[in-house]
Amino acid sequence: MSEGLIGRRLPRLEDPALLTGRGRFVDDIHIPGTLEAAFVRSPHPHARITRVDATAARRHPGVHAVYAYADLAPHLTANLIPADNRHLAFEANSRPPVLPVDEVCFVGEAVAIVVADSRYVAEDALALVEVDYDPVPGVSDCRAALAPGAPLAHLGAADNVVKTFQTAFGDCDAAFAGAPHVATISLKQHRGSAHSIEGRGVLARPDPVEDRLTVWSSTQGSHRVRNTLVELLRLDEDRVRVIVPDVGGAFGAKHIVYPEEVIVALAARLLGRPVKWIEDRREHFLAAVQERDQYWELEVAADRDGRLRGIRGRMIHDQGAYTLLGMNVPLNASLAMPGPYLLPAYQLDVTVVATNRVGVIPVRGAGYPEGVFAMERVMDSLARDLGLDRAEVRRRNLIPPERIPFDLPLKSRDGTVTRYDSGDFPLCQAKALAAADYAGFPARQETARAEGRYRGIGLANAVKITGRGPFETAIVRIGPSGKVTVHTGAMPMGQGTVTSFAQICADVLGLAPEDVTVVAGDTATVSLGIGGFGSRQTVNAGSSLLLAAREVRAKALAVGALVLEAAAEDLELRGGAVWIKGTDRQLPFAEIARALGGGVGYARPKDVSPGLEATGNFMPPDVTYGNACHVVEVEVDVGTGAVQILRYVVVNDSGKLINPMIVEGQIIGGVAHGIGNALFEWMGYDEGGQPLTTNFGEYLLPTAPVVPEIEIHHVVTPSTVNPLGVKGVGEAGVIPAAAAIIAAVENALEPFGVTLAEAPISPGRLVELMAAGRS
Amino acid sequence: MTAPAPGADARRITLTVNGRRHDVEVETRLTLADCLRHGLGLTGTHLGCEHGVCGACTVLVDGRSARSCLMLAVQANGAAITTVEGLAASDGTLHPLQQAFQAHHGLQCGFCTPGMLITLIEFLGDHPDPDAAAVREAIGGNLCRCTGYQGIVAATLDAARRMRAAP
Repeated sequence: MSEGLIGRRLPRLEDPALLTGRGRFVDDIHIPGTLEAAFVRSPHPHARITRVDATAARRHPGVHAVYAYADLAPHLTANLIPADNRHLAFEANSRPPVLPVDEVCFVGEAVAIVVADSRYVAEDALALVEVDYDPVPGVSDCRAALAPGAPLAHLGAADNVVKTFQTAFGDCDAAFAGAPHVATISLKQHRGSAHSIEGRGVLARPDPVEDRLTVWSSTQGSHRVRNTLVELLRLDEDRVRVIVPDVGGAFGAKHIVYPEEVIVALAARLLGRPVKWIEDRREHFLAAVQERDQYWELEVAADRDGRLRGIRGRMIHDQGAYTLLGMNVPLNASLAMPGPYLLPAYQLDVTVVATNRVGVIPVRGAGYPEGVFAMERVMDSLARDLGLDRAEVRRRNLIPPERIPFDLPLKSRDGTVTRYDSGDFPLCQAKALAAADYAGFPARQETARAEGRYRGIGLANAVKITGRGPFETAIVRIGPSGKVTVHTGAMPMGQGTVTSFAQICADVLGLAPEDVTVVAGDTATVSLGIGGFGSRQTVNAGSSLLLAAREVRAKALAVGALVLEAAAEDLELRGGAVWIKGTDRQLPFAEIARALGGGVGYARPKDVSPGLEATGNFMPPDVTYGNACHVVEVEVDVGTGAVQILRYVVVNDSGKLINPMIVEGQIIGGVAHGIGNALFEWMGYDEGGQPLTTNFGEYLLPTAPVVPEIEIHHVVTPSTVNPLGVKGVGEAGVIPAAAAIIAAVENALEPFGVTLAEAPISPGRLVELMAAGRS
Repeated sequence: MTAPAPGADARRITLTVNGRRHDVEVETRLTLADCLRHGLGLTGTHLGCEHGVCGACTVLVDGRSARSCLMLAVQANGAAITTVEGLAASDGTLHPLQQAFQAHHGLQCGFCTPGMLITLIEFLGDHPDPDAAAVREAIGGNLCRCTGYQGIVAATLDAARRMRAAP
């Protein structure tokens, strides 16, 4: 039973409850006496608040409280959401307030909370809260925000520049001097939202008997929420318990602590009643984080054979109104650009700009899709300018496998050298080209064109940092019941974490996965937790779990050897007991747990620590890099501009796979997100910062008819920096997707002289570009 | 939480949900979704957008799929409603479509899943032998952010085969 649980396509343990309506998402938790909240939100991109009068709202039947800044400030240690990312320090003006004092900086910013008997009544009362706004000019486009005299995103700021920094290595001047080929390229990528189908949500229950606060939040970081509440509400750690119930997707939007979580928790304490707030979709459009607005101006130097000599340029990043997670996204984008290619010299000057749009933090990909888009557009432009095949240009520039591990002369966020620990990039590309019959494409394209149809093919490579530490705890506990429980700070949000972890644990302890209970996202059971982001959980918590399970195994064997009077090598773990191999003599885990639990009269070895339990805190010595090559074939209707994806091939290297079915699910979902980024998802704002797309009629998510079957092939080069040999996969699918699709569309429209430098690209825009190309 | 507020316009209605009759007093403005979730405690039906696009809240009303976020509870007075809680057999055996969803990784976070299942139950009733394109069209009005739909399509085709073999 214990053999071979790693690497098997086992059905997920999460599924039966979710398939029968027995999942428990935050809004499914019903505590008698719970009040429901709604938020008064700014209708203006930028305004002064001159007066808040909640008198009428407070009198409305069924309303229990209305709190604005002045009401909550006395109960908060600070009115700023704490920063817990110290890299590239935060600017003073850019952290979000819990509630705004006298200025709102984006449409949807919460100004007050209304707490009532029901959400219906709370929403009725929203209209009765009188907020006097004095609108001031806002700024929407990050390039416009840099112009002299541009409106300021924050009153009192000197300008709209949040930060400037440079990512660079090599000698760009030398690379460009005398370069046989120099070209410029301008790119634009537009922001979209995370749009987990479950929005954010929080339920807070004060317990006056024990003076505790229990908070259920749909978040990617239980401990971060706990720590924020402890800091802002001045509570002891053991008085606040944050539990993360089933999470209906997250994709980055639930990565930070939002003002709403603090306000709801405080309201519950002030009212002495449970208070619940469930984000609706409009609120998600307005107030949940977004990503991808960047403008790149690049200059590329290359040899005639297409080999890169250097890339330099400037990137402007729209940070929105608030800096919620340091420079995470623009820094990642700048670090992602070199990717799997040999780039001798690189210099990117980044300007991070405040605008009156909702703040930016990672949405699935975290800057990597933008950096990869830039590099892959460079590759395609080189091929076009030099008359070379696009795959061949890439092949010539890919880092060869014999140079892995490869040190990129770039400092990562942790200040360490960027080291690609493993991978075979040319192999991945070759496999992807073969699987997609790239060689046969010109014939297919010609045949289609003869019939008046326009087909194109595109490819993109990407490397993604995964498995960032410093750790994620996993505890394996077996009590007198004999049942095995895993506690971890890792955060499931749909990725199948419970199943993957059960496989890892059961494999070591000789169990079936269903015999292992995985408890995640509860600050009461694990003292430390970092959370679910950056494709890091299987690497960190999975490795911690492996080490903890091995330790528990060793303890069980030691007790078994003593009690069964056998040599450890003659013992095996199977079915929740230690057996003498080939006999019917066994000692159940329950008995061992009693022995190690201090049971009187039980035999136990002197050198085994108490409890049939162990804590793993694997600390990866470095991050680990996954990579992928995507090849896409499309057909474009040149009349309507509609793009149909005919074929989508992924070759992915995420190291060893715990459950290939789950890994493939992550990749496919990521590709679908990338299809959205390439063709559909455009979060519109007017010039002043007023959102234009605030429902699913105006903002399009990829639907089943437009997402093709994704064909996946694995290359497995095990990670060298963790004992499982795994690399993260949560973001792998999305990163090269938009780049590959845009390349395919461009290739299809070659006869119309269309070059593409933006994403997403709508049918209307394609028609426009074709018309421009013809004239 | 769904008891009518004092003085609110309310009606007494009867709903038969998954074969069980419920007599409840509801505000006229209460959506069917909120009535099911908060009034009857059937939280398997989820709300993803509350404007009728995502399909997570889909239930069967007298055998036909409906967006329970766009329907008032009073409009369902007298109707027979099927929710995700009513799909498995009374002995707990999963419906072939539920089994196939697990076998083909047709769900990840599981939030859209109830609406997907209900939509596809209706679809398979009308189209017992569909092809993949028809399945994709059938769930074209149900949004999933996790799966890229691929496992859902595979599961539906597999369930259709199983259901044809053992009707």
